[in-house]
Amino acid sequence: MTVLANAMWGSRAYRWWMAALYAAVAAGVLLWLRQWNQGLVLTGMSRDVAWGLYVGQFTFFVGVAASAVTVVLPYYLHAWKDFVRVVILGEMLAIASVVAALLFVFVDLGRPDRLLNVLLHPSPSSLMFWDLLALTGYLALNVILARAALAGPPAAWNRALILVSIPWAVSIHTITAFLYAGLAGRPFWLTAAMAPRFLASAFAVGPALLILLCRAFRYDAGDEALRKLRLVMTYAMTANVFLALMEVFTAFYSGIPGEAAHYSPWTWLSGGFMAAALALALGRSRYAPAAVFASLAIDKGVVLIPAGFIPSPEGAVTPYIPTAVELGIVLAIWCAGALLVTVLFRVAESYNRRSCPHHPS
Amino acid sequence: MKITRQAFLALLAAAARAFSKPRRMAMAIDLSKCWKDRGCTRCAQACHAAHNVPRIPDRRREIKWIWEERFENAFGQESAGPAVAGAPVPVLCNHCEHPACVQVCPTGATFKRESDGLVMMDEHRCIGCRYCMAACPYGARSFNWSDPRSFLRTLDPAYPTREKGVVEKCTFCNERLARGQQPACVEVCPFKAMVFGDAADPSSAIAQLLRTRHAFRRKPELGAGPNVFYIL
Amino acid sequence: MSERAIIAAGVALFLAGACFPFWRNAAAPPRPLVLPLPAGERQCVAPVAYMRASHGDLLLAWRDRVVRSGERVFTAPDGRVRELSLVRTCLGCHQKAEFCDRCHQYVAVAPECWSCHVDPRSPR
Repeated sequence: MTVLANAMWGSRAYRWWMAALYAAVAAGVLLWLRQWNQGLVLTGMSRDVAWGLYVGQFTFFVGVAASAVTVVLPYYLHAWKDFVRVVILGEMLAIASVVAALLFVFVDLGRPDRLLNVLLHPSPSSLMFWDLLALTGYLALNVILARAALAGPPAAWNRALILVSIPWAVSIHTITAFLYAGLAGRPFWLTAAMAPRFLASAFAVGPALLILLCRAFRYDAGDEALRKLRLVMTYAMTANVFLALMEVFTAFYSGIPGEAAHYSPWTWLSGGFMAAALALALGRSRYAPAAVFASLAIDKGVVLIPAGFIPSPEGAVTPYIPTAVELGIVLAIWCAGALLVTVLFRVAESYNRRSCPHHPS
Repeated sequence: MKITRQAFLALLAAAARAFSKPRRMAMAIDLSKCWKDRGCTRCAQACHAAHNVPRIPDRRREIKWIWEERFENAFGQESAGPAVAGAPVPVLCNHCEHPACVQVCPTGATFKRESDGLVMMDEHRCIGCRYCMAACPYGARSFNWSDPRSFLRTLDPAYPTREKGVVEKCTFCNERLARGQQPACVEVCPFKAMVFGDAADPSSAIAQLLRTRHAFRRKPELGAGPNVFYIL
Repeated sequence: MSERAIIAAGVALFLAGACFPFWRNAAAPPRPLVLPLPAGERQCVAPVAYMRASHGDLLLAWRDRVVRSGERVFTAPDGRVRELSLVRTCLGCHQKAEFCDRCHQYVAVAPECWSCHVDPRSPR
């Protein structure tokens, strides 16, 4: 526990950073209490746009969580030794992201006090039931794996868990895509490319975020590791933009009115951001990781969900404008995630200083 | 002999048990009768009064169990020729054969009743995730974004209200069916445009109507199997 | 002061606070609550001891029977056929304010029934 205790304390700047995060989380709790008291009327959601930022951000963070596989798989399965110092970061990031994703589900519920009904009355036909199981299982797996990685070289049982965690990571984001891609009445989401595109964008956003975090924490991951992370990011982002263009083709060439109607200035703007980020990545710009991260946080976390609801099945166009309360709660959950990432990265750092890196067996 | 209300209910329950064959409750709406008065909203008024459905001034957060859509919005742009474009169509929960809302509900709060096919809503169990609203292709579901009671001018104690944070919708007046009555909208319609009954019973009025008249449904391509039919 | 002493003092303070209801009740035992029973009715839908202890479970079971199974009636021990209804059967005899609310207040519980179900005697 002393490692954890040390991670909570640090230089003056570090203490200010942590204090700011605590304050934001506390403000978020207060805002949520207001929402709990008065209802989701405090958000910008409506009868026609039943899901908004919360569900979008949930989706985005499930992607970040799944992206741990982009370091775990090469390191443990293909023995990419360059990732020896990054793999623990990937697992830590996964833990923080699953926690953030679950928090986004929680704040979106009208009756969060009844959340356990999902387990008390299990409904195998509902993808939400499976998604919650997959996410909590993934959280448990990563906590176990990260703790074991801190303790030393992987034991046999640990290796088995690692092998389980790889398809499990893919499954959490596939199931999350199935939440939307199986709804007959929502043409914007009703596409077989949803799950592949979710995975592609996740595998771009994870490495991008790891590069950014290594820079922010001045964490020495090794030049080769950073180069490989960039490579994974660039390929995955290319696949993501490619799949997005496939969607556009089908929607417009088929000429089905319900398909094209969901494309609005917002979706085009978001698509433009992704294209620009891809251009930066291909041009090896220093800003590419930040651009990839931001463009995907917008596309998946902000645009994807409301766009599926506008227009409504009856053709009504109800704009969705998030409220200050909603934005405050979203910010607070980001800060809770940042808090976890900060502490967990410091733990990983102290581990790297104490022990020489182990090699995959 | 005077039949008390309770004896009647007991009789009804016994009859229901004796009759084990599942019923399939369905509704047919004759639009030509409905359009005799295009401004009429008596069905919606009667329904919303009987079920304590609040009138919420913010249209974006409104709650409605049965309401009016323009023909082309209810049936799709290309299904409406000039003769019917813009005409009001009463729409409500379709009590589908394969309800998407039931499929996606993570708690079984909404479920299809086997005895009569009603798609029911257990507001006691609903966690307010609104997955059913995302799944319903007919926009039949409403969420209580805030406490509905403050928007109710009159309150019928015979039927509960809802509370904030849960989803609600039309239940084909299951509480009235249990008393042997017709749904409130059917009963109040001045033109008798709505016919309601057990479509699985060949002798019922609805089964006969569906046998003799061309009836169409909303979004048949989705395969949900709506049990609300339209006749024109 | 050593850390050990601070921790012990904190634990003791917490226990003293957490046990406050017991101190208070020991010092001044609460008066038993006498609830008005409906005039003219001799029997509830189940024995009094059962109703006192388990009317909440009974109502939850009724709720599931009505909402989920579509059952609406049952036969009471006295042979009468009654409706499975909080508002029409329970409140048909009992007064919500005088019976339900007073006891719930007395034992400091807040069941959620009334945030949806409506007392016909005072519908607001």
